[in-house]
Amino acid sequence: MAISPALMTIGPILPSKHLLGIEGLSPTHITALLDLAETYVVQGRAADKKTQLLRGRTLINLFFEASTRTQSSFELAGKRLGADVMNMSVKTSSVSKGETLIDTATTLNAMRPDILVVRHQDAGAAELLSRKLDCSVINAGDGAHEHPTQALLDALTIRRHRGSFEGLVVAICGDVLHSRVARSNLRLLSMMGARVRLVAPRTLLPCQAERFGVEVFTDMREGLKGADIVMMLRLQLERMAGAFVPSTREYFRFYGLDREKLAFAKPGALVMHPGPMNRGVEIASDIADDVQVSLIAEQVEMGVALRMAILDDVSRRLA
Amino acid sequence: MKRIAFRNARLVDPANGLDIKGGLLVENGRIADVGPRLFNDAEPHDPEVIDCRGLVLAPGLIDARVFTGEPGAEHRESLESASQAAAAGGVTSMIVMPNTDPVIDEPSLVDFILRRAAATARVRVLPTAALTKGLLGETMTEIGLLKEAGAVAFTDGDRSIANARVLRRAMSYAATFDALVLAHAEDPELVKGASATEGEYATRLGLPASPAIAEAMMVERDIRLVELTGARLHFAQISTRAALDTIAAAKARGLPVTCGVAAHHLILNELDVGPYYTFRKVRPPLRSEEDRAAMVEGVANGTIDVIVSSHEPQGADTKRQPFAAAAAGTVGLETLLPAALTVMHEGKASLSHVLAAMTAAPARIFRLGAGTLTKGAPADLVLLDENEPLVVDAEKLHSRARNTAFEGRKFQGRAKVTFVGGVCVSDAR
Repeated sequence: MAISPALMTIGPILPSKHLLGIEGLSPTHITALLDLAETYVVQGRAADKKTQLLRGRTLINLFFEASTRTQSSFELAGKRLGADVMNMSVKTSSVSKGETLIDTATTLNAMRPDILVVRHQDAGAAELLSRKLDCSVINAGDGAHEHPTQALLDALTIRRHRGSFEGLVVAICGDVLHSRVARSNLRLLSMMGARVRLVAPRTLLPCQAERFGVEVFTDMREGLKGADIVMMLRLQLERMAGAFVPSTREYFRFYGLDREKLAFAKPGALVMHPGPMNRGVEIASDIADDVQVSLIAEQVEMGVALRMAILDDVSRRLA
Repeated sequence: MKRIAFRNARLVDPANGLDIKGGLLVENGRIADVGPRLFNDAEPHDPEVIDCRGLVLAPGLIDARVFTGEPGAEHRESLESASQAAAAGGVTSMIVMPNTDPVIDEPSLVDFILRRAAATARVRVLPTAALTKGLLGETMTEIGLLKEAGAVAFTDGDRSIANARVLRRAMSYAATFDALVLAHAEDPELVKGASATEGEYATRLGLPASPAIAEAMMVERDIRLVELTGARLHFAQISTRAALDTIAAAKARGLPVTCGVAAHHLILNELDVGPYYTFRKVRPPLRSEEDRAAMVEGVANGTIDVIVSSHEPQGADTKRQPFAAAAAGTVGLETLLPAALTVMHEGKASLSHVLAAMTAAPARIFRLGAGTLTKGAPADLVLLDENEPLVVDAEKLHSRARNTAFEGRKFQGRAKVTFVGGVCVSDAR
């Protein structure tokens, strides 16, 4: 994809130095961000992957929930842009000693970071930090609320394969109730003109989901009919044993993506998953590993490029 | 081709609003033809002919609430012995509860019931499966897989699910599969240790008793959950006016709620407990006369959809006890029809209306292809005499357990001949 050289010199794309959610962004913001990310896809594939755009800047990865994938993606994105990156896994630090989120924020603020990437189990945590800290705050997932960089990297992946979003049928399948990925994705995709469907047992559908302007299905075969993109969600282990679904075998039988169910989607439909996957629970191994249909590995690559674009953009508003 | 011709019958088919004189032809286990002129004039030449002599030919009864002892307590009742009682009572389909040992909460156990029934039972056996694993009220069962295995509904049988969160999720999950949930409406804490309904009589007898509102409270809660989850809910057996009124209001609001009543709650009231007569200890307990009359009224006005036997076999070991220590339950497969016909004999409802509560209504609620004389339906039939006098004699019952609450009771009406899939399974002519 040809990148306008002008893109490299214009001002910031995002409306603020924080990226807290897809909510508040417009299609223009998103298109421009994806364009910028394309340049970082190129950079990521070069022998010399490093620039010095963020030289001297400090990026802190503050993760209150374990996440190998997102954390390493941000870490790599920061390092490739020349920033100093520090990872704080809070499970093992001061929160376990009773410190509040605000205390942690104040302490971190005193260290004068430039960018804080935060993942927290509670919805609204990133927003709270953005009000208390001087630096730029990027939401890497807050409770069941938003995970904007995941939705953007998914959009980047989809756009590279389908060109645009207009009229695309995207089926988001699985644990929508607890999923920030689903919420960010359905906001973004609907905004960009895709037709979003949610597919899940009723126990895993949020209340009044249809108010988001999506179609809701409890029968996966119906929900996949004519879909261009099948986006699978992870089923958390603790939700499998009877609380929301009775068993993994039943879940796979009715909501796991296998060849038989995928056959209901449009021929050539592509499969995505934010990872990490539960093989044999929400997705059959042969589909996950089929490079003809699975974009799962590509999503990871796009994740780094997209996050470089975000770091680039928010840094433009920093003093 | 196996053919049976029924002639000179009074055909009563509530599903089609039919009550006419006529004939019916069975071919290969299914109803091939039915009508007012069938076999009127000429003897049909080839088939076996049954002259009904003006008796009622109706769809075989569906008893929507049957407890057996199989697996685990076959000494009380097996599927085979229960099916013999069913056949004798004109019941051609038994919907069996999952309260067995082991509990029917696994697809393989549903399959076990179906195979045992196919091998041993004279009538159709339709298994329900547990709604929560082990009937513990904690985690939902594999409703999707159990339904595929053949479970017709999901229930913890005679247990209420105390935890509203568990029930909410189970109902929500059941709604995903459009599965029917059966509820037993008794607040488990209020009825713990009770063996009668609170009131003057229980007080005189000194029996531990529970308030009648223990039922309405659960009915009200469960209806709220229907509203929230969209699940189809059937109250397996209610016994109080308060519950009836609540269900009537829910139905008026268009909620997918239905209910049943046990035959003994149409006939007996709390005074029938008599001198600590444990065969009349049932769950929910016998109620006040006002509540009993309300049940009859509920059947008559259609608020109560289904009449069940709530057949619950008990042995001497569990019944020959002081009242409070005795097990609850009465057998009822053989007395379901005569007891239900009381409503008709009291002039409260037509024969067709009463039969609907044991044929068309359960067939509609449980989505069975039976319970009708429609062409093409399975030839599950009962030839009955709605007026023949009957004195209930426990010694003459066909079930292995003989704990009938109706011992010595005089009824009018009984099943004469019962057919399942065109095969005669009981003939009392």
